Amino acid sequence: MTVENASVSIKNLDLSFGAVKVLQNLNLDIVDGEFLVLLGSSGCGKSTLLNVIAGLLEPTDGQIWIKGKNVTWAEPSERGIGMVFQSYALYPQMTVEGNLTFGLRNARVPKDEIKRRVARAAEILQIEPLLKRKPGALSGGQRQRVAIGRALVRDVDVFLFDEPLSNLDAKLRADLRVELKLLHNNLENTMIYVTHDQVEAMTLADRIAIMKGGKIMQLGTPAEIYGTPQNKYVADFIGSPSMTFYDGTVDGTVMKIEGHDLPLGAYQFTNRPGPGTPATIGIRPEHVMTGDNLRSAPYQTDITVDLVEPMGSDTLIYCHLAGQPFRFRMDGSAVVRKGERITIGIDPARASIFDKDTEERL
Amino acid sequence: MADIGILAATKSAEHPVYRMIDGPRGAKPKNRFSRANIIVYGTLFVVALYYALPLYVMIVTSLKGLPEIRVGNIFAPPLEVTFQPWVKAWQEACTGINCDGLSRGFWNSVRILIPSLILSVAIASINGYALSMWKFRGSEVFFTILMIGAFIPYQVMLYPIVILLREAGLYGSLTGLVLVHVAFGMPINTLLFRNYFASIPEELFKAARVDGAGFWAIFFRIMLPMSLPIFVVAVIIQVTGIWNDFLFGVTYISSPDRYPMTVQLNNIVNSVQGVKEYNVNMAATLLTGLVPLVIYFASGKLFVRGIAAGAVKG
Ligand SMILES: Nc1ncnc2c1ncn2[C@@H]1O[C@H](COP(=O)(O)OP(=O)(O)OP(=O)(O)O)[C@@H](O)[C@H]1O
Ligand SMILES: [Mg+2]
Repeated sequence: MTVENASVSIKNLDLSFGAVKVLQNLNLDIVDGEFLVLLGSSGCGKSTLLNVIAGLLEPTDGQIWIKGKNVTWAEPSERGIGMVFQSYALYPQMTVEGNLTFGLRNARVPKDEIKRRVARAAEILQIEPLLKRKPGALSGGQRQRVAIGRALVRDVDVFLFDEPLSNLDAKLRADLRVELKLLHNNLENTMIYVTHDQVEAMTLADRIAIMKGGKIMQLGTPAEIYGTPQNKYVADFIGSPSMTFYDGTVDGTVMKIEGHDLPLGAYQFTNRPGPGTPATIGIRPEHVMTGDNLRSAPYQTDITVDLVEPMGSDTLIYCHLAGQPFRFRMDGSAVVRKGERITIGIDPARASIFDKDTEERL
Repeated sequence: MADIGILAATKSAEHPVYRMIDGPRGAKPKNRFSRANIIVYGTLFVVALYYALPLYVMIVTSLKGLPEIRVGNIFAPPLEVTFQPWVKAWQEACTGINCDGLSRGFWNSVRILIPSLILSVAIASINGYALSMWKFRGSEVFFTILMIGAFIPYQVMLYPIVILLREAGLYGSLTGLVLVHVAFGMPINTLLFRNYFASIPEELFKAARVDGAGFWAIFFRIMLPMSLPIFVVAVIIQVTGIWNDFLFGVTYISSPDRYPMTVQLNNIVNSVQGVKEYNVNMAATLLTGLVPLVIYFASGKLFVRGIAAGAVKG
């Protein structure tokens, strides 16, 4: 095994549906007790990867290890996993209790043990009053709790979630998100969680794996993913609204873009490029400084406001910079009008610079 | 103007004058005798009559004595109700050599129906389940072949099956006929079940697998309890199909002793000896049609629901 305390290891995994390669030579080690989020746009293979881990899909090549055992050929029920689905997938003709105990009865767990586990799960998830009801008589949030309970009673090491919150309304989603985080803190199980919601990923994850076209683009903590994206795809994908990118050249300690020379004094290069290297710089809207903060900005320039979008807690300003649409975020209390000229500051040290050809971080 | 507003708000519902002041509110009143209604209900009435009239004539005739029938008014209700034709049709009517009525054919048909029904529904449901949930290599090809089977006209296969049954030593027996019914019911019922199971979310199936349920456990404990409506549909299709079958019965049964009810009915009605006993013929026909009729009445609602559920997804 590559990692000492790996709970789940995915080794050189390939999966194709006929000629379509959905997963390609994928390697991933998930530490015991970690909350790992698989994040990516629709169709990038997140669900497929989760299904392979669960044993619901057969890989074309490669191995799955769970708790130090090669489970590549094992049945889903033998892998020590519990799974929660987007559509809840509760058995409609069974009561909540029947749903929770179905797996245990299949595994011929003794009766009193079943009772104990159901009681515990029901208490943790606060679904005791619902035990005798059928799923049809539950709200969406309650159904998802029962679905989580079904994974919980199995007493497994690894929980798999496939977009468990995306069928819920915004408020309930936020509530259940917090509950999930608390649940993870209590149980300290390994959890693998698929989503295409950035906020869920950033708030829940110990580490995030950003996927694209069946490959992992970057694996890191939410702070790393946000602060030092390894490539342009990740940089563009994370953050809302997303970064604005400018093409230019890096020349020693200066990034030259149309009409502006940004000083790169404090920028931490991963690998320092030679003079005149074509590069792309990405600037996050929330890293643009205005007002009192301007003093600490290494670079300042003036812009004309095109459009103001107040969002309550903050305000988005649309303008043009270096001949290209540019947007940045200001405090919600700032009073700015269309057509006004204001000074903004940019700190290239907080920006991200990518090689123009490889789109890898410089 | 303000006064009118207040008046309208307080009293609008009760008084026509206030209603006029207030303008339209609530459900729009409908004209029961609108042209559209007259056309729709008129058509329905005529169609209903068209279907009900022959049934009426049959029932009425079957309750009359022969002298009354000879008078000739087929729509007149019986002056003297008699159940004699029914008793005769059931117990005494002659078909060729046997003179023990339709009862023999009825029991033959039951003996054909029950095993055919159980076998075909059981096999088709398992087929449909396997084809939609446990896709294996070539399952689509298998399904396509089965569907092609559904479109081959029966007539083409009549004689080859005679040979097959003869080689198997089953020609002329009820067992042979049961096998034929099971085989011919297979494509349509498999399609029915496959489409129904395909409409069940895949995640349910995945959840059951994670819960450690295998092929049979998922079928019996998850899928079956969810599929009552489609079973009702399949049962109705099979019962009516098998009970009403004439062609296979007359082709694959070699002895009048074992003819199903429909074939026997035909022999009674078409028998050329003696006088035509219209009342007995009518009673015999009604008796033969009773089984599908009872099934329809007993399960009409479930039938409609099942058809709708099965038709949603392909
Ligand atoms: N049975 C299949 N046959 C062929 N292609 C498939 C099959 N299942 C999935 N795919 C393809 O595999 C790719 C990945 O699918 P997957 O369901 O893993 O996406 P996802 O990342 O979960 O997307 P989403 O966020 O929309 O759920 C998609 O392009 C999909 O079209
Ligand atoms: Mg998915």
